[in-house]
Amino acid sequence: MERHDNLRLRPPRHRVDRRAIGWWTLQSALFALPLPLVFGILWASIPPTREFFMWATLISLVPGLLYMAVMPVWRYRVHRWEATDEAVYAASGWLWQQWRVVPLSRVQTVDTLRGPLQQLFGLSGITVTTASAAGAVKIKGIDHKLAGDLVEYLAKYTQAVPGDAT
Amino acid sequence: MSSETTVRPSSHAAGRDWGRLNGRLLLVNLSILAAPVAMFLASLAVTGGETNLQVIITLGSLFMTFLVISGIGLMRLFTTRYRLTEDRFELHTGLLFRSERSVPIGRIRGVDVTANPVHRLFGLTTLRIDSGDQSDAAARRLALDGITKAEAVELRRQIIALRDAGRARPVADSDGVLSRLDWFWLRYGPLTVWGVGGVFIAAASVFRTLNELQVNPLDLGVVKDLEDRFGTIPLWYGILLAAVVIAVLGMLGSTATYIENWAGYELRREDGGILRIRRGLLATRSVSIEERHLRGLELVEPIPLRWAGGAKLNAVASGLGNQEDNRRRRGLTPPTPRGEALRVAAQALPAGPGLIERKGLLPHPKAALRRRINRALMWPVLIAAVPVGLGLWLGRWLVITGVITGVVLVPVLLAFAFSAYHSLGHGLRDRYLAASSGAFARRTVALQRDGIIGWKLSRTPFQRRAGLITLGATTAAGDGVYRVHDLTESQGIALAETAVPGLLAPFIERAPDRG
Repeated sequence: MERHDNLRLRPPRHRVDRRAIGWWTLQSALFALPLPLVFGILWASIPPTREFFMWATLISLVPGLLYMAVMPVWRYRVHRWEATDEAVYAASGWLWQQWRVVPLSRVQTVDTLRGPLQQLFGLSGITVTTASAAGAVKIKGIDHKLAGDLVEYLAKYTQAVPGDAT
Repeated sequence: MSSETTVRPSSHAAGRDWGRLNGRLLLVNLSILAAPVAMFLASLAVTGGETNLQVIITLGSLFMTFLVISGIGLMRLFTTRYRLTEDRFELHTGLLFRSERSVPIGRIRGVDVTANPVHRLFGLTTLRIDSGDQSDAAARRLALDGITKAEAVELRRQIIALRDAGRARPVADSDGVLSRLDWFWLRYGPLTVWGVGGVFIAAASVFRTLNELQVNPLDLGVVKDLEDRFGTIPLWYGILLAAVVIAVLGMLGSTATYIENWAGYELRREDGGILRIRRGLLATRSVSIEERHLRGLELVEPIPLRWAGGAKLNAVASGLGNQEDNRRRRGLTPPTPRGEALRVAAQALPAGPGLIERKGLLPHPKAALRRRINRALMWPVLIAAVPVGLGLWLGRWLVITGVITGVVLVPVLLAFAFSAYHSLGHGLRDRYLAASSGAFARRTVALQRDGIIGWKLSRTPFQRRAGLITLGATTAAGDGVYRVHDLTESQGIALAETAVPGLLAPFIERAPDRG
C-alpha cells in the first residue's frame, strides 16, 4: 500500500443535545450514589461501626463523584453524529471511543428508544441496525423532535434501496 | 384434530399431503422417563435399600420434571403437521399455543439433518430449516423433530430442488468430496482445550449428584481404599499425581469429544452450490452452507494445536443462525494438519490458494509491539502484588511466592507478547480483506469485501496514547464483526478506504503535519 501519512477521521458534524449532559449526570448519579448512601446511613445510625462505615462511605463516594463530574462532559465532547445521503456516521464513548459508519444501502431498521430518563430531558435515542449482529449504530441523547425527523429521513432512504441488505 | 382451513390457493395439488412426525417418537419420549427410574434403582442399590425423605423428594421432583418434558414431547408429536407445497414449507404445531408457520421456498437458506443419540436409537432424525429472516433468531428456525431418516433426506432433497428450480443459478461444475476424516488426525484430539475443564465439570457434577442421593463419595469403598494406600505420601507428590491424572483424563476427554464430533466427517460440494459438512458419531450433524452465503474463511490455531502444526478451518457465512448456532455450525474441518486446512480452504473458496496464509500480510506498527510488551509486564506485577500485599500481613513466605511468581511470569508473558505481535497482520487479497491476530488462538480471517456492510473504528485509552486504532469490519456473516487490531489511524483509514472505496471517504480529512 502506498503511504498515507496523516489521514484521520474528521468528527461527525453534529453534537448531541446539550441536555444530554444532564441526562448522563442523572444516569451516573443513579449508578454511583446508592451504595455510598447506604453506607452513609449505616455510618450515621450504627455508632459502634462508625469508623468502618465512614471509610466505606468515603471510598465508595469519591470515585462515584469523580465519575459523575468527568464522564458526562467528556461524553458530550466525544458523542457526535451525522447523516449524509449515503451513510450514517456516529462517534461515541469517552475513555473507550468508537466511530461507526454504515451506508444507508445496508440499513435494515431504524428504531427510536426513549427511556424514562431521556424522556425527562426531552431526549431520544436512535438505533440504526444492519444485517450484522455487531453492526448497529446508536445515536443517543439527541432532541426528541430532531430524532423524529432523522428517523423519517433514514426510513425514506432505506426504503428506496432494494435488496435484503446483506 | 383442527380444521383444515388453511389451504392456500397458490399451493395447488402438486403439494403433498400433510405429513406428521413419526410414531416412534412415542417411545423416545417415554424412554426419557427411564433416567429418573434408573437413578432411583441405582440409589437403592448403593444405599442398600434404605431411603429417606430427601432422596424421595429429589427423585420425585426429577421424575415430575421428566414427566413434563415427556408430556411436552408427546403433545408435539400429536399436534405437529407439516407439508411442502410448490412455493412454501408449512409447519403447524402446538395445542395451547398454536403456531402456524410458513416459509417461502425461495427464502430457505439451509436445510440440516441432525440426530441426537436417543433419536438415532429409534432411527429418527431432526430436520432443521433455516430461513433468512434476521429479525427473530428463535422464530426463524423451523425444526421437524422426529421423522425417519429416509423422510428427512427426501424432504431435504425436495426443498433444495424446489428452491433451486426457481433460481437460475449456475450449478457448480464439480460435485466432489473436498475433505474426509483421516483417523491419523486424531493425534490432534488431545490438543483441544476442552478436556481439562471437562474433567472438573464432570467431577463436580458426579460429586453433586452423589451428594443429593445422600452418598458421601469419601465414604465409598474405592475412595477409602485409595486413601489408605496413598494417604501417607507427601503433599507435593500428591499434587503432582493429581495434576498428571487430571491432564490424562482431560486428554482422554478431548479425544473422546473429537471422536464424537468428527467421526464420519466429510466435506463435499453438492449440486446447486452447496458446501455440506457431515460429522458426528452419536449425534450426527449435517450442515449445508450455500456458497452464495459464504463470505470468507477463518483459520484458527490455538496454542497447543499450533505447536503441533495443526489448525482448524471455519466458514464465515451468513444464515448459520445466531452467535451460538454459528459457533456450533461454522466448522469446515476438524483440527487437522495446517496444510490440509489450507488445501480445503483453497478448494472451498475459488478465490485462490493462499487466501488465509499469514505469509505476505503486512506487519503492524512497532507501537503495537510496545503495547503487548507493556501488557506482558503489567500482568505479572498485578498478579504478584496480591500475594505480596497479603504477605505483608500474613508472613514472609507469601511475599517470596509472589515475587517468584512474578519473576517466572515475566519471560513467559514476554514470549507471548512477541508471538502476539508476530501474529498481527493485514492486507487486501483480491476481493478479500485479510487479517490475523491472537496470542493464544491465532485467527486468520479472509472476509469478502462485498460483504462488509459498515466500519467500526475503536480506540482504548491505551491505544490513544500509542496513536493506534482497531478497525472493525461489520458483516452479516459469521461473528458480525472482524477486527484488524492496532493500526495507526492513518493506516486503518487507508485500509478501510481501499477495501470498500467510497464508504469512509466523505469523513476523512488530512491532519495538519505534526512533524
